[in-house]
Amino acid sequence: MSARTPQARTEARWGAIFAAPALLLILTILLAPLVVLVALSVTDYRLGAIALRLVGFDNYAAMLADPVLQRSLRNTFLYVAFVLPAAVFGGLGVALLVHARIHTRTVYEVIYFLPVTSTLVAMATVWQFMLHPTLGPVTPLASTLGFGRIDLLNDPDLALGTLALIGIWQLIGFNMVLFLAGLSAIPRELYEAAALDGARHGADRFLRVTWPMLGPTTMFVTVTSTVTAFKVFDTVVVLTRGGPLGSTETLLYILYLEGFQYFRMGYAAAMTVVLLVFLAGLSILQARVIERRVHYA
Amino acid sequence: MPKAGTVAEGVVLSGIAKSFGRTRVLEDVGLAIEAGEFLTLVGPSGCGKSTLLRIIAGLEAADRGSVAIGGRTVDHLPPDRRDVAMVFQSYALYPHMTAAQNIATPLEMRRLTLAERLPLIRLLSPRRPRVMRGIMAEVRAVAETLQIAHLLDRKPDQLSGGQRQRVALGRAMVRRPRVFLMDEPLSNLDAALRVHMRSEVAELHARLGITFIYVTHDQVEAMTMSSRVALMDRGRILQLGTPADLYDRPATLAVARFIGSPPINVLEGEADGAGGVRIDGVRLPIADGLAAGTRVTVGIRPEALRPASPRHDGPVLRARLRRVENLGAEWMLHATLAGAGETPIVVRITAAERDAAGRAGLLSEEIALAVAPSGTHLFGADGVRIGVRQREAVGAR
Repeated sequence: MSARTPQARTEARWGAIFAAPALLLILTILLAPLVVLVALSVTDYRLGAIALRLVGFDNYAAMLADPVLQRSLRNTFLYVAFVLPAAVFGGLGVALLVHARIHTRTVYEVIYFLPVTSTLVAMATVWQFMLHPTLGPVTPLASTLGFGRIDLLNDPDLALGTLALIGIWQLIGFNMVLFLAGLSAIPRELYEAAALDGARHGADRFLRVTWPMLGPTTMFVTVTSTVTAFKVFDTVVVLTRGGPLGSTETLLYILYLEGFQYFRMGYAAAMTVVLLVFLAGLSILQARVIERRVHYA
Repeated sequence: MPKAGTVAEGVVLSGIAKSFGRTRVLEDVGLAIEAGEFLTLVGPSGCGKSTLLRIIAGLEAADRGSVAIGGRTVDHLPPDRRDVAMVFQSYALYPHMTAAQNIATPLEMRRLTLAERLPLIRLLSPRRPRVMRGIMAEVRAVAETLQIAHLLDRKPDQLSGGQRQRVALGRAMVRRPRVFLMDEPLSNLDAALRVHMRSEVAELHARLGITFIYVTHDQVEAMTMSSRVALMDRGRILQLGTPADLYDRPATLAVARFIGSPPINVLEGEADGAGGVRIDGVRLPIADGLAAGTRVTVGIRPEALRPASPRHDGPVLRARLRRVENLGAEWMLHATLAGAGETPIVVRITAAERDAAGRAGLLSEEIALAVAPSGTHLFGADGVRIGVRQREAVGAR
C-alpha cells in the first residue's frame, strides 16, 4: 500500500467517492433493515411500546415450542411441495404449447399472463365467489360430477389444496413468460442439426436440445417459484384467514398475526429471520445443485 | 482426386423456386451435381445460396421444383432420411454434451430405439451397452481421422473454434452420408486457421470421395476448393463452371466483378467499328466486328496490366500512379486513368516485375500501362459477355 504512486492514490480516492452513493443506498435500503430486524428479534419489543428489553434467544426458543408455528410450517411445506412442481412444469408445458403457436402466440401469452397482472387480492375475491358453497358455480358443478356437496374453502382437508391451486393458477403465467424467453433464446440451428441427426421424435428433440438449453431458465424459475410459494399470504388473508381449524395457517400469515395483530414485534422479527435464513439457504442449495447440470451456452 | 461419378448418382435440382412472404429468394434454379464432386455455391449475401442448401437438406421446403439425391426424389423425406449430413456455420454442437456424445448422436438416433434413448428407461435395454460400444468405436475412429481423439471428453465451450469445427465435421462424417452439405463452415474462424482448414476440407473431400456441396460468400474459398462453382445472385445461377471457367471466361460482368481479388478493373468504352475499343481516347484492338459506336464495358484483370514504356508498341493506357502496395511476392499499383473520369485502376505485378520496372524508370507519377488482351473481357450494355463469335453477331446487328 505504501508503494502506491500519487496517481494511484488519487484514482483510489475518486473511485471511493464515485462508489459512495451506491454504497450508502445499499446500506440504508438493503442492509440496515436487516440489521434492525435481527436486533429486534432478540428483544421483547411490542409495537407502540416505549421501552424494550433484551431477551437474548428467548424468541427463538419460543418458536421451537410454539405449536401454531409448527403447524404453519408444516402447512407451508405442504403448500410449497404442491405448488412448486406444478408451477414449474405447468409453466414449461404451457410455454412449449404457446411457443409452437405462430399467429395466436401473442393472444395466448396475454391470456396466461393475465393472472400475473391482476392483483391477487382482487382475484381472490373472484375465487371466493366461485368457490362459495351456495353462490358460486364450483360446488354445484362438483356435485353434478358426483363429488358431493364439497365446500373447498371450509373443508380442513381441502382448503390448503384449494389455496395451492390458486397459487399455481397465478404462478403458471409468470413462469410461462420466463420459459418462453428461454425457448426463444435456443438457436434454431440446434433443432436443425438435431433434425439432420435423426431426432425426429419430439422426445428426442426435447431431451437433446430443449431441456438442456432451458437449464438456466429452469433454475431461475424454480428459485423464484420457491420463494413465492413460501411467502404465500394474500390468498390466506382474503379467503381463509388461516382457517378452517388452522389448516391454512402459513408461515407468513402467522408472522403477520404475531407482528401486526398481537403486536409482538420481537417474536415476529425472530420468525422473519428464520424465514430469511431458510429461503436464502434453499436458494443457494438449488443454485448449487442445478448449476452443476446447467450449461450456459 | 475424387473418382468421377455420374449425375444420376449425384444431386439433381430442377426448377427450384422459393419465396419468403413476398420476397423471391430462388427463381427456377436447376443444377446437376455429379457424385463425388465438390460443388461450391458462391455469391453475395442474400443471393439464395444458403436457402438452396437448406432445401437440399430438407430444412426448408421449396415452393416449386424437385430435389433428387442418388437418383431418388427426396422432396417428401425428412432431413435425416435424405442421406445427407450438414455442417453449420455456427457448428450447432449440443453445448451440454461432450465431443464424443455430439459425434455419437446421429448413430444413436439410427441404431437405438426411442426407448433405448430415454433417460432411466434405457437402462432396461440389454443390448444397449453393446450397441453403444460399437458406436463409440466408430466415434473414436472418426475422431482419430480428424485428430481430435484427445478432445473427445471435452464439451464445446472447452474447445477452440477450429476444434469445434472438427467436432462438427466428425458428427457429419460418422454416419457416412452420400452428400456432405456445408454452410459457410469456415467463416467463424480466424484468417490463418481458415486458410489451413480450407486445405483440410479439400483433403477430406478427396479422402471420402463423396459429394460435397459447399456454400460460401468468399470467392477465394470457392476458387481454391471446388471442382465446380455455381455463382449465384438474386436467386439465380449466373454461371456454373470450373474455377478456371469463371475466372477466364466470366459469362457476365457480375461474375467478372465477383471472382478475382483484387477485383477486375471495369472501364467504359466504345467500339470504333474497326476492331478497336476506345477508352479515354486510347484504342485497344480487342473488339473484332463490333459496330462503330457500340457502348461496351471492358473488364481488365489486374494482372493483365503492366507498367510499360510510353513508346511501347501495343495499346497503352495512360494513368497517374497514386499508391503502391507491397504484398511481398506481389505489388499492387493503384492508379487513376489520365482521362477526365479519373477511373481507378489496379495493377498486379510480381516483385521481380516491379524491380525491373523500377530500374527502367517506369514507375514515375505518369505511368503507362500495357494491356494484355488475354486478361481482357468485353461486356455488352446488358452485362453479358461478348465472346468472339458473339462479337460478330453484335457487329452484324
